[in-house]
Amino acid sequence: MPIALKPGTRLFSAVCVTEMITVKAPAGEVELTIGGAPPVSSAAERDGSGSVAEGHGGGVAMGKRYVDDDDTVELLCTKAGDGVPAIGGVALVLKETKALPASD
Amino acid sequence: MHLASLVEMVESGFDERVLLGEGADALTGAAIGSTVRSGASTLSGFSALVYVGENHPLLPVALFAAAWAGIPFVPVNYRLEDHQLNSLVARQPNAFVLADEHTAPRISTGAPVHVFDEWLRSLPADPPAIDPPFDDDEVAIVLYTSGTTSEPKSALLRHRHLMAYLLGTVEFGGAAPDEAALVSVPPYHIAGMANMLSNTFAGRRLVYLRAFEPTHWLEAVRREGITNAMVVPTMLSRIVDAVGGSSADVPTLRSLSYGGAKVSERVLLEALRLFPDTGFVNAYGLTETASTIAVLGPDDHRAAIASDDPLVRRRLGSAGQVLPMVEIEIRDELDQPVAAGEPGIIFLRGEQISGEYASGSLLDDDGWFCTRDRGFVDAEGYLFIEGRADDTIIRGGENIAPAEIEEVLLRHAAVAEACVVGIPDDEWGQRILAAVVLREGASVTAAELQDAVRAELRGSKTPEEIVFRDVLPHTETGKMLRRIVQQELAAAAAQPTPS
Repeated sequence: MPIALKPGTRLFSAVCVTEMITVKAPAGEVELTIGGAPPVSSAAERDGSGSVAEGHGGGVAMGKRYVDDDDTVELLCTKAGDGVPAIGGVALVLKETKALPASD
Repeated sequence: MHLASLVEMVESGFDERVLLGEGADALTGAAIGSTVRSGASTLSGFSALVYVGENHPLLPVALFAAAWAGIPFVPVNYRLEDHQLNSLVARQPNAFVLADEHTAPRISTGAPVHVFDEWLRSLPADPPAIDPPFDDDEVAIVLYTSGTTSEPKSALLRHRHLMAYLLGTVEFGGAAPDEAALVSVPPYHIAGMANMLSNTFAGRRLVYLRAFEPTHWLEAVRREGITNAMVVPTMLSRIVDAVGGSSADVPTLRSLSYGGAKVSERVLLEALRLFPDTGFVNAYGLTETASTIAVLGPDDHRAAIASDDPLVRRRLGSAGQVLPMVEIEIRDELDQPVAAGEPGIIFLRGEQISGEYASGSLLDDDGWFCTRDRGFVDAEGYLFIEGRADDTIIRGGENIAPAEIEEVLLRHAAVAEACVVGIPDDEWGQRILAAVVLREGASVTAAELQDAVRAELRGSKTPEEIVFRDVLPHTETGKMLRRIVQQELAAAAAQPTPS
C-alpha cells in the first residue's frame, strides 16, 4: 500500500515497537514497510496480530538515520525495535554521518 | 521534525540518565518527559510561553513544555529596563509568563506571571494527556534580536529549522554518560537555546551558571567534572584573566567552544596556552540561521598554530568550514558571486536557515538569506568574518573593515579592547577613528598605536585619531555597541577644538 511521506511524518511499525520519523521524502507515494508490514500512524493502531517478516528484522537503533540507495528517503529512528524499514522491499541502510565537533 | 518528538526520544533513549539539575531536583530523561507533559497541561489555551529571568537548571523543561503544548517559547532579556521589557513581553498576546523571583514583580502587561520555581513545584502529578501537534512548520522559538541599531526584531525559528540543525550536527546519544556541559550564555541568546537542544539530544547533562562570573565558571568546571562548555569572547577574555598561573587546571574539560562575536587573537592564544588539553571550537552563526553554520574545530586550531604558512596560520582567526548541509555564497555589490578569497556579503541557504521575522521572511525566491555580514572564503573553504556590512567604513572610495584594523590594535600588548569606526568627513566621505581600552597597568601613546597599524596595513587604514576609554559599550553577550561609540566620537569631533 503506497503512502505519502513528508518531513515530520511519524511512522509506527504495525508488527513491532519500532518508531520512525520522516526526515526526507520524495514527492509522491512510496511503498514503505517497517518489519515487512505497512506502518500505522499511531501506537494505538497496532492490533498486535502480526510479527516481523523474514528478511525485515535485525533491528534499528535509536537516534540513527536510515536512507535508501538514492538518498531520496531518510528516516530517523525514534524508538528502537526489531523491524527494519524498507522501500519496495529493499531495506533502508544506516546513514553514515561525519562527526562534527560540539559547537554548543 | 518537531521538538515533541525529541522529548519522546529523550524520554525513552535516556530514561535513566540524569540530564538536568542535581540532588533532589535531578531529572532523568524519563522524568523530563513526565515533567514536560505536566508542564504542558498548564499551558492550554495560551498562545505563547514567555520566560524572563536568569538561567535555571531546569529551564529546558519550559522550552519543551511549550513545544508539547504547541506554542512558541519566547525568552526575553531580563536585564532590559522595565519599559522595554514589558513592551517585548506584550508583543506576545495571550502569553503565559514564567519569570525568576526578581523579575516576576516587574511584569506589568496583565499577562499571568508565575515564578518558575513555584510553577515547577505546583505541576499536577496526574495531568490530563495532551497530544502534541507534531507539525514541524510551527514556530518553536521566538528570539528578539539585540536591537543594537534599531527596535528589536522578533526572529522566528520553526521546529524544522531547529531539528535540521540538530540532525545535521549532533549524534543522538553521542555523549558518554559521564559528560556534562556548562551553560553560561543567557537563555534569550540563540547560543543558549542551541545549548539546550544539542546537549539534550546528545544525552549530555546540562549544568547552568545562573549568571556568568569567571571564577565561578572555573570552580563549576572543576566541581561538576564539566567536559564541554560554550562561552562568548568577553567571557573567554575574563576567564583567561582570572586563571593566572600557567594552567587552568580543568582536567575534565574536553571541548571549549566560543562564538557570538569576534575574539582577539591575543586572548585566543593565551587561552590555548592555559587550556593545553582542551579542544577549542569556534562557532559562527546567527539567530536567523538557527545557530551555528560554520565550525573551526580543535584540529584546525592545532594545524593553524603549528603552521609557518601565513595562509594556514591566519585560519586561527577564521570561522572554519561551513556545515555540510548549509550552502554559502559570497556576493559583491551587484549581487554576483565572487571568486575564492574575494570579500563580499555572506549569503546562506539550507534547511536550518530561517531568515524570518514576525514581519515576514527575508529569504529570496531561491531560498538564500543575506546575513548582512561581510567575509570571504579561502581556497580551502575556510570562512573569514569581517563584520557587519553596515559597519564597513568607506574612506575615499575604499571599503575598509573595522575588524582588520582592530585586530592589529588588539595584537598590541597594551590593548585590551578596540573599536574602530568611521565618522563623516567632507574630504574623504568617512575618516577612521579608534577608541581603545588599555589593559590594567599598561600604557601606550596614540602615536605608537598608529605606527603599529601603519606598519602592518597602510596609511589609508591608519586611524587619524585614537582616543582612550576606561570601558567600551557591549551587549552582555559581547557584541560591541559600535553605533554608540560611533555617535560619541562623531559628536566629540563636531565640537570646536578648545583653544
